[in-house]
Amino acid sequence: MAKLILKNGEEFEGVTFGYEGSVGGEVVFATGMTGYPEALTDPSFAGQILILTYPLIGNYGVPKKKFWESGKLQISGLIVSDYIDTPSHHQSKMTLSEWLKKEKIPALEIKDTRYITQYLRENGTMLGKIINGKDTPFFDPNVLNIVEQVSIKKILKEKPEGLNKHKRVIIIDCGAKNNIKRCFLKRGVETITVPWDFDPFSNEGQKQLKNVIANEVKQSLSIKIAASPLAPRDDNLFDALFISNGPGDPKKADKTIEVIKKSLENKIPTLGICLGNQLLALAAGGDTYKLKYGHRSQNQPCIMEKSNRCFITTQNHGFAISDVPVGFDKWFTNANDDSIEGIIHSKLPFMSVQFHPEATPGPKDTEWIFDFFLEKLT
Amino acid sequence: MKKIKKVLILGSGALKIGEAGEFDYSGSQAIKALKEEGIRIVLVNPNIATIQTSKELADEVYFLPVTPAFVEKVIKKERPQGLLLSFGGQTALNCGIALHKSGILKKYNIEILGTPVSAIILTEDRSKFAKHLHKLNIPTPRSLAATNIDQAVKIAGQIGFPAMIRAGFALGGQGSGVAYNMTELKKIVSHAFAFAPQVLIEQYLHHYKEIEYEVVRDKFDNCVTVCNMENMDPLGIHTGDSIVVAPSQTLNNEEYHELRRASIEIVRSLGIVGECNVQFALNPKPKETVIARSETTKQPLKRSPRFARDDKGNLEYYVIEVNARLSRSSALASKATGYPLAYIAAKLGLGYSLTELKNKVTGVTKASFEPALDYIVVKIPRFDMDKFKGAIDKLGSSMKSVGEVMGIGRTFEEGYQKAIRMLDQDFEGAVNDEMFKSKDLIIETLKNPTPKRMFAVSSALKNKMNTSEVYKLSGIDPWFLSRIKNITDHETELQKLANNVIPAKAGIQEKNGSPIRSGMTGLLSKPHLLELKQLGFSDKRIGELVGKIGLEVRAIRKKLNILPSVLQIDTLAAEFPSQTNYLYMTYNATHNDVAPAGNSAVIVLGSGPYHIGSSVEFDWCSVNTVQSLKRYNKKSIIINCNPETVSTDYDISDKLYFEELTFERIADIYEFENPDGIIVSVGGQTPNNRAKSLFKYGAKILGTSPENIDRAEDRSKFSSLLDKLQIKQPAWNAFSTLEKAEEFAAKVGYPVLIRPSYVLSGSAMNICNDKVDLEKYLEEAATISKEYPVTVSKFFQKSQEIELDSVAQEGEVKAAIISEHVEYAGVHSGDATIVLPVQNVSLDIQKDIKDIGKRLAEELQITGPYNIQFLVLDNEVYIIEVNLRASRTFPFIAKVTGINMISMFVDGLFGKKVMGVEMPKIKFVAVKVAQFSFARLIGSNPALGVEMASTGEVACFGRDLEEAYLKGIIATGDRLPTKGIFISLGGEQKKLDFLKTAKKISGLGLPLFATEKTAIFLKKNGIKAKTLYKIHENKSPNIIDYFRAKKIDLVINIVDQGIKKEVQDDYHIGRAAIENNIVLFTKVKTTSLFIDA
Ligand SMILES: Nc1ncnc2c1ncn2[C@@H]1O[C@H](COP(=O)(O)OP(=O)(O)O)[C@@H](O)[C@H]1O
Ligand SMILES: Nc1ncnc2c1ncn2[C@@H]1O[C@H](COP(=O)(O)OP(=O)(O)O)[C@@H](O)[C@H]1O
Ligand SMILES: [Mg+2]
Ligand SMILES: [Mg+2]
Repeated sequence: MAKLILKNGEEFEGVTFGYEGSVGGEVVFATGMTGYPEALTDPSFAGQILILTYPLIGNYGVPKKKFWESGKLQISGLIVSDYIDTPSHHQSKMTLSEWLKKEKIPALEIKDTRYITQYLRENGTMLGKIINGKDTPFFDPNVLNIVEQVSIKKILKEKPEGLNKHKRVIIIDCGAKNNIKRCFLKRGVETITVPWDFDPFSNEGQKQLKNVIANEVKQSLSIKIAASPLAPRDDNLFDALFISNGPGDPKKADKTIEVIKKSLENKIPTLGICLGNQLLALAAGGDTYKLKYGHRSQNQPCIMEKSNRCFITTQNHGFAISDVPVGFDKWFTNANDDSIEGIIHSKLPFMSVQFHPEATPGPKDTEWIFDFFLEKLT
Repeated sequence: MKKIKKVLILGSGALKIGEAGEFDYSGSQAIKALKEEGIRIVLVNPNIATIQTSKELADEVYFLPVTPAFVEKVIKKERPQGLLLSFGGQTALNCGIALHKSGILKKYNIEILGTPVSAIILTEDRSKFAKHLHKLNIPTPRSLAATNIDQAVKIAGQIGFPAMIRAGFALGGQGSGVAYNMTELKKIVSHAFAFAPQVLIEQYLHHYKEIEYEVVRDKFDNCVTVCNMENMDPLGIHTGDSIVVAPSQTLNNEEYHELRRASIEIVRSLGIVGECNVQFALNPKPKETVIARSETTKQPLKRSPRFARDDKGNLEYYVIEVNARLSRSSALASKATGYPLAYIAAKLGLGYSLTELKNKVTGVTKASFEPALDYIVVKIPRFDMDKFKGAIDKLGSSMKSVGEVMGIGRTFEEGYQKAIRMLDQDFEGAVNDEMFKSKDLIIETLKNPTPKRMFAVSSALKNKMNTSEVYKLSGIDPWFLSRIKNITDHETELQKLANNVIPAKAGIQEKNGSPIRSGMTGLLSKPHLLELKQLGFSDKRIGELVGKIGLEVRAIRKKLNILPSVLQIDTLAAEFPSQTNYLYMTYNATHNDVAPAGNSAVIVLGSGPYHIGSSVEFDWCSVNTVQSLKRYNKKSIIINCNPETVSTDYDISDKLYFEELTFERIADIYEFENPDGIIVSVGGQTPNNRAKSLFKYGAKILGTSPENIDRAEDRSKFSSLLDKLQIKQPAWNAFSTLEKAEEFAAKVGYPVLIRPSYVLSGSAMNICNDKVDLEKYLEEAATISKEYPVTVSKFFQKSQEIELDSVAQEGEVKAAIISEHVEYAGVHSGDATIVLPVQNVSLDIQKDIKDIGKRLAEELQITGPYNIQFLVLDNEVYIIEVNLRASRTFPFIAKVTGINMISMFVDGLFGKKVMGVEMPKIKFVAVKVAQFSFARLIGSNPALGVEMASTGEVACFGRDLEEAYLKGIIATGDRLPTKGIFISLGGEQKKLDFLKTAKKISGLGLPLFATEKTAIFLKKNGIKAKTLYKIHENKSPNIIDYFRAKKIDLVINIVDQGIKKEVQDDYHIGRAAIENNIVLFTKVKTTSLFIDA
């Protein structure tokens, strides 16, 4: 019988429906009710054993790769209450079980996922392991720099099809979800995705940038648009810097923090999402801390400061901002636990949010953040 | 936020198909929300059985029709500053719109709180609204409006078939339908025009998915979608009649959130403040590129790049409709998620923002969030077709169900099988082996669904039809079919096992042996039995499959320590701790969220689904019981499964189990909580039926002992009891052969009343006027045999029916209220017009009746409520039946006399000796009038009889009987005649009886019409009436033409059961009247009363 074992000894028996191997990781729960293909391919989940609190999972199978949030399954393991092996959807290409087996991800059906969730809520996220046959040690993704592992290895350019002149944003990939790129491309902005430690301000970096900009590359995401509301770019190398979401402890991504510092010095418009939000805060002199059990859901209410507007957001993070850096203001606050959900500079175009305006999975209520940011580009 | 001191709330009136108990829930929630603000509340609602009309809630209650005329009177008197019209369904909405249009609201400067009336009006006009949506690039089905038949025909030509016809300004899909050709189209359209000034001809979206969203918006433009729901039945079956799951199961992220986005965009564009329901049609297999064209511009609806499809896959959807008010769906959403929708909506109407309001359930989080479920709910509607003689049971776009249940589970199978049992129609789960014998019938039912379709599906899947075949026929998504197949597969497997492990004979032996036999436990290993329970199988069903009785399986189950877990519905999937008392049971968990209550607690069994004969009145009784228990510091535990009730609200009881009212589940809860006892006598007949088995099982029943309940319910035991007490009862006996039955009938004399114990078709009870009748009935409609005997009783004609409602403590009567039927006996007490205080019952009779009540209370040692029905013939009192439980009339009595017999009952249980009370002297007259829904039920015979057919009731007060009755009649939707009156009198006797009234009618100075015979009869008596030919005579001038031409707005159609052929004609006349929305009377006495009024 397969089981899930938590660091402090709790054991839960389950029935395997994924890859029949053992794996260790950080055990977390997420309460979203739809969008498992998007969630499971979100690099922010790297190193984690994910418990989905919604019991019926697998209902609409697995769509084509182009609908995923990254090229592969990112979770270390999956726990659900009632795995559904009879998907029904016109986009479905395979069952969830087939997918997990193909990509060697262990998964268990454990009936009382609600109990495990309550347990983690009371005792905080903890390490755990799925045991299928032979044992394996516990593994803490937060001790090593997991961002390095999920980050892209070489620079990648993507153009919005149907435009020849356009703005250009550099996406520092700490584990970026595809829909972030889609959100830029849809708005007529070219994206250049670079590794987590790439320095676009160094001479070496500038050289490589000029290179990819010069060369035509085949598109991985194809997004055609008619026209862009944004004025075409003048001729500096790029117009904005974007810091993506990603897994683990922000303080581990020291090199990225250095790059962001330069960007702020050069007054480059800068936007951060999720991990990017924490990194911006650290680069600007703020601080971060680890939440007891994090926010992983699609129903987090965030109130915009100095307004009575509240937005329902998707979230997926274990760390958060504790101190707002000088020169910045709080932008959003979580209505449930008052944690900081975003910061914005009082004068300059520097801003970041802890939630996911690109959604997928989850509500599209805050996609306007991209428009708001791009308006700041001159 | 400016201070409002007094608010007027409009209720929804009587329960009717399409507008039922859910509005008592939303109204009560609204009242509570406003009370917290110290606002005075004035309520207009003639539905006396509701909780919202109890004095604990509203400050001023007017039992008046919710019509502009009456409401204006109230406004004039009360001068409220605000008006809430989105909590009383379509009735309140229409009335509010009328008041707005006629300028009354402006005149008394009353502000409509919440959603602006302009938005409501826009959503009510289907074609205007479609144009509005196209401006937002949100597609609607191709559709055009017509105001006359010719126009309709032309449009149908353009749109093509199948075409969907729907009536504007009508609820429950009334008057709508699908036409596959021109003739059908003409028929439906003419029917629709009887209800609505305008119809829409619309492209029929065959086998699309139907999806609903419940959106809440505050005036600061914050929006949340509390819940989305997916209909298991395809588009084309009204959501009210569909099996519905929440959350949606087959939608991927893009579909879920694109529809969510569209809902919110619509709600913003309308400026909704409060709650709104949006219904979508979603194509399960969208074509590669989708071009939705605007009806107005004929141009393709372009989508802004923001919503470019190419990166997310194709999506083809249409908006079906929007309800800018609390609806049945929002009540369901509220119970499905635990989010108090109506309460929040009312607060938002006062100007609060979502971020200011707390999530009442968790106490820690805010109202501005979207519930995350860690369970699935399955809603299944309850139908009562066989209660309506001749009603066509095909499901379609017009609603026919009378109630609903909601099953909660952590697998679909669990929730689904629970819900099917909750219907309380003796279904043990998803499979019913008896119902569908022939494959043809299965296929027919899958193609043209009826209320029994669930069992057609399971039979099909069990008998070698695969899911894709069933899908093609039924349009039910393969996802659901696979789940149901999972159930049937497990049944087949278990049956195989059973046949191998225990040979058929052994099974029978074991029945009387000890339940746990090696063979048996071997058959049901712990993992196997657990798996079956996790798929929602009942002990009884498992027993049926392995040749056991439920109790044996239960014993094995408990020995193997397989017990259900108690989980909370906490709105956010355990992400935060919560205090909620809202509970359900599941086998898909291994822990309990809550601790047992112990013997300071009392379990109160609720009513289960609303259906004919059991309605909101029993919810009133349950809620009142809970409130009374507080006085004795007893914790209350409600068990109920009906999402339309107030008793299942989060703030009523100390613990709420949203669960089955089956023996198995009640016993599970009883054993977990181990409370002081169970109250079975306030929730109507369903809980009452559980008394015996629970008692046998050793549970403590509070109140009258189950043995005595049985002595009253078992006909022969009851008779001997009456003989012993020398109380008269109409002669009756039970027979197992036709000959004996006929002998008896001949002896006592016709007509006789037949109650078969097994019904083949139509209704159980029937009146037979002669031998021929009797034979015909017992051949066609019912079985007569040894195991299915038939009881025959002498039917008393022209006898008065009187009811006694009482409460007693240890055999001593504490209150006894007599009420009187207007109709002669023969009209079911639930349909009859009931008068209080009695107008023409002699004091002697009253004394006799009270005395009988006293003797029965003593003999049966009654502690609790009871109701007796009497017949009075030539000053002799006969007894029809005794119900040792609260009756339908309890709230009526409580509100008319101030005597709350429910709270007296609870006093009787826990207090010391209860003081008796007498009927107070009251100077006014109260009349309870039944509400019928015949118009919705195509084919149903509107003539009243011994079987109850009404769906609801109202009560009104007056200085005298006439005034009260008139108000009552208006409140149930009837209008006073202003054009012409048609009279058809069956049989000589009836004609003479009617003469007095006929004279009065001619005094009204309205043109009179009559059938040939009747006209002649009237002429003889000096009353002029134009002769019209009967429909089937198809000679003109014909009745039907005059109906259609709206020259007649009152039909008096007195049926004489004596003459079969006439009954036929009468049926046609009656239907025609109903279908043309004309007031219809079928009883001499009510008619004369109406005319007097
Ligand atoms: N174009 C259509 N094609 C197929 N079915 C439809 C269409 N429009 C409505 N229906 C069905 O008719 C039902 C009733 O229509 P609706 O507009 O919701 O009226 P109501 O006001 O009675 O709810 C819907 O629940 C849906 O199942
Ligand atoms: N012997 C009878 N003579 C005339 N009417 C009767 C007689 N028995 C019953 N009825 C009528 O039939 C109705 C239903 O009968 P009842 O036994 O009360 O059935 P239920 O259990 O459904 O209430 C009564 O309300 C009464 O109007
Ligand atoms: Mg509808
Ligand atoms: Mg009765």
